Amino acid sequence: MKTVFAKSVPGRSAALPSAPSRKAADMLPAGLLRSKSPRLPEVSELDVVRHFTGLSRLNYSVDGNFYPLGSCTMKYNPKFTEHVAALPGFTRLHPLMAQLKGAGQYTQGALEVMWETERLLCEINGMAAFTLHPMAGAHGELTGVMLIAAYHKDKGNRKTKIICPDSAHGTNPASAALAGYEVVNIESKDGLVDPDALEAVLDDEVAALMMTCPNTLGLFEKHLPRIVEKLRAVDALLYYDGANLNAIMGKMRVGDVGFDVVHLNLHKTFGTPHGGGGPGSGPVGVSARLEPYLPISRVEKERDGHFFLNYDYPKSIGYVAPFYGNFGVLLKAYAYILRLGAEGLTRASEFAVLNANYMRCKLRGVLDIPHDRTCMHEFVASACNTAECGVRALDIAKALLDKGYHAPTIYFPLIVKECLMFEPTETESRETLDAFMDDLASIVEQGRQTPDALHDAPLHTPVRRLDETAAARNMVLTDDL
Amino acid sequence: MPFVPHSPEDVSVMLDAIGVNTIEDLFADIPAEMRPKSFALPKGLSEMDVCSRLEALSARNRTDVVSFLGAGFYDHHIPKAVDALSSRGEFYTAYTPYQPEAAQGTLQAIFEFQTAVCRLLDMDCANASVYDGGSALFEAMMMAVRATRRRKLVIDEALSPIYRTMLASYTSNLQLELVTVPHRDGLSDMDALKASVDDTCAAVVVQNPNFFGAITDFTDLFTHARAHKALGVISVYPVMQSVLKTPGEMGADIAVADGQSIGQPLSFGGPYLGIMTCTKPLVRQIPGRIVGRTQDVDGRTGYVLTLQAREQHIRRAKATSNICSNQALCALRSLIHLTLLGPEGLVRTAELSMERARYAAERLTALPGVELLHDAPFGNEFAVRLPVSAFEVVDRLTARGYVPGFPVGRYYPGMDNVLLVACTEKHSFEQVGILAEMLGGIL
Repeated sequence: MKTVFAKSVPGRSAALPSAPSRKAADMLPAGLLRSKSPRLPEVSELDVVRHFTGLSRLNYSVDGNFYPLGSCTMKYNPKFTEHVAALPGFTRLHPLMAQLKGAGQYTQGALEVMWETERLLCEINGMAAFTLHPMAGAHGELTGVMLIAAYHKDKGNRKTKIICPDSAHGTNPASAALAGYEVVNIESKDGLVDPDALEAVLDDEVAALMMTCPNTLGLFEKHLPRIVEKLRAVDALLYYDGANLNAIMGKMRVGDVGFDVVHLNLHKTFGTPHGGGGPGSGPVGVSARLEPYLPISRVEKERDGHFFLNYDYPKSIGYVAPFYGNFGVLLKAYAYILRLGAEGLTRASEFAVLNANYMRCKLRGVLDIPHDRTCMHEFVASACNTAECGVRALDIAKALLDKGYHAPTIYFPLIVKECLMFEPTETESRETLDAFMDDLASIVEQGRQTPDALHDAPLHTPVRRLDETAAARNMVLTDDL
Repeated sequence: MPFVPHSPEDVSVMLDAIGVNTIEDLFADIPAEMRPKSFALPKGLSEMDVCSRLEALSARNRTDVVSFLGAGFYDHHIPKAVDALSSRGEFYTAYTPYQPEAAQGTLQAIFEFQTAVCRLLDMDCANASVYDGGSALFEAMMMAVRATRRRKLVIDEALSPIYRTMLASYTSNLQLELVTVPHRDGLSDMDALKASVDDTCAAVVVQNPNFFGAITDFTDLFTHARAHKALGVISVYPVMQSVLKTPGEMGADIAVADGQSIGQPLSFGGPYLGIMTCTKPLVRQIPGRIVGRTQDVDGRTGYVLTLQAREQHIRRAKATSNICSNQALCALRSLIHLTLLGPEGLVRTAELSMERARYAAERLTALPGVELLHDAPFGNEFAVRLPVSAFEVVDRLTARGYVPGFPVGRYYPGMDNVLLVACTEKHSFEQVGILAEMLGGIL
């Protein structure tokens, strides 16, 4: 499809505001003005509508396709939450209104939403307090590691290292490094964090261990109590990567079992849309000993029920966001939690786990399942067997696209060869899973018979396999380069 | 059961296939002592009840006031087609385009976004966006630190304090030296900035228009920085950028912006997006997602995520940043917004806003004891010194339904009498007149 710039016709316009009575050149010195007006497209409103409607049709999405992308929790995004976030009483609210003396009364509804959301997240996760400010999961990780650093600094601990298991998301070591820590990698054993491997690298300079539980293989970390004990002995903290929280709501609360810091991905567990890659929201919860370091501002409630923003936290790490986080996303998560309640959230986790285990068992004999035991909300399969006949995980993923499914996550986690990671989520029906698995079985069978057929896949998508090497070499990053 | 489609028969067939008796058996790995000590959440509500509750909460926010608040975040008109198109499920229920054959819509939109913001800021390359304008500035500073292998950053105090406070937190654990050069009556102190930029400096960081609304040409400063092999980093306001001298024309190396003013509602602080652009030699230092154009096996044009070797999922602890997403839907909204307005529409938006700001400045400074903070040119926002506390003025007028602006003393000690007033095309001249009359009435 042509770019919208290629469709531009000089003199055409869409949402043109009425003409001003003075031009910029009459209001500002010439030396401060740009020499040419920006070359944005000149198109009609219908051109714009057709163009973007056309682009939207080139996408796979949860609304249109089964999307079992592991570690991303591509569950259905309920439509009523869009209505809630679009209410003008929220969208028209300037964030600085809440910081004006006397104007606090004009933002009480928004402050209450934030206060309530924090309380609900505390109860779901067993944490003492939450900040809603981080604007994505990785941003939550950075905030969490900064909180860990502030804790140790305040206690006078000299800590220089953070431990990440080899199964961790890449963001964990990257966030630790961005907060100034040296990253120590430890190898998993039987798909789990190995307490002995931890012991071997644990010393007084370790600030924290970052864990995902269930981990990225979809397995519950059974050695957790021993791990917590070892960390406490050297005053190291335990960080919970909330990417996989959708497995355990109502079954375990991370605060109860010894985690000190947790980031959530509201766009995964709490049903807010992924938006094609964002905006997300990554609230961070802490145990009581880390509460003094939380970012400012914090929402508080006075005895008379009045909400206000408190900036008076001398030990706070300061500001991590311009204001209060991605408020529009928080609204959707809040509405989702209210809709589901305790029972609905627990049920979401139960059926996410049921769906994943059903797929895991039914796919035996189709793909290799390296850790074939009860999984949580996702599991990892391997295309090692078909790779022998030249059919790799990538080929299977591309063939799935031809059948109208989004592919699972492939080649992650890094510790399983020819890895395919499936996360069906609770919102998919048995019929959808069955149809998907039938198609997957026939793809694998076809791959065994005629591997080349899969190398050609996909055939029916808007474009076929793309030359990524050429993209990196040629670097055509805009219409002008 | 909301959003869970399983019938009792489904459950029993699935449990049989797994070989367990109950769903609870699947959670056997979590021992009794690790089970929740409490899970005291409210009972679930019907959709109607949730909507009623949220509608009631939204009504407790007063948004019927006439507001002259800005400070970097502006209430511009958003054409209705932005909502209509960006709320297509094919866009907002997709994820990061890991499988490009199934995500050409998102990928091409990001490519077009990169093109649009490069043309607006007059720079070579852009990424797919980051969280907001503040995180974009932090990432820009880190780019400069990596590119120059230097650790000193010179920051103009007239750069938004909302961002400077973020930069202070983000850099607190990194061995960086942040030198803040004091402003003079809301203007950049160009001599002091130049004096601070030496051969140990990674970048000088400025904003145009600055927090006080003043418009500046930073060409000399960036030339000076280049002579010392330091980078010039600038934060801009996209709407005003349609008329102002561009970062490219000034010789900036990295230009960033918050994209709120192009297509995002104020929404109490987010979601917004951080726009990041740079010159071509710096492209491998830019963090986050970047889309590139290429061809498929049949020779058709297509788009992919590119230069991924910089990123956390490959480089882990050695990545350029920990960022693993962008504000894709916000970037899409900005692109649609810019496309609907076109070059003339964006320029008119800036001019309509400037016209109103000029009328406001004229009416307010006609009041006794009210004067402009400085005589520098301004765009749609300006600072005035009042004969009384700006906090008090804001408090009193807000109670009467007019928020006259932002009290600068909130961030700058000693400037309690200074009020920052922003106008957009949404203000009428009549509203500006009423503001002046109300202010005159209490002075």
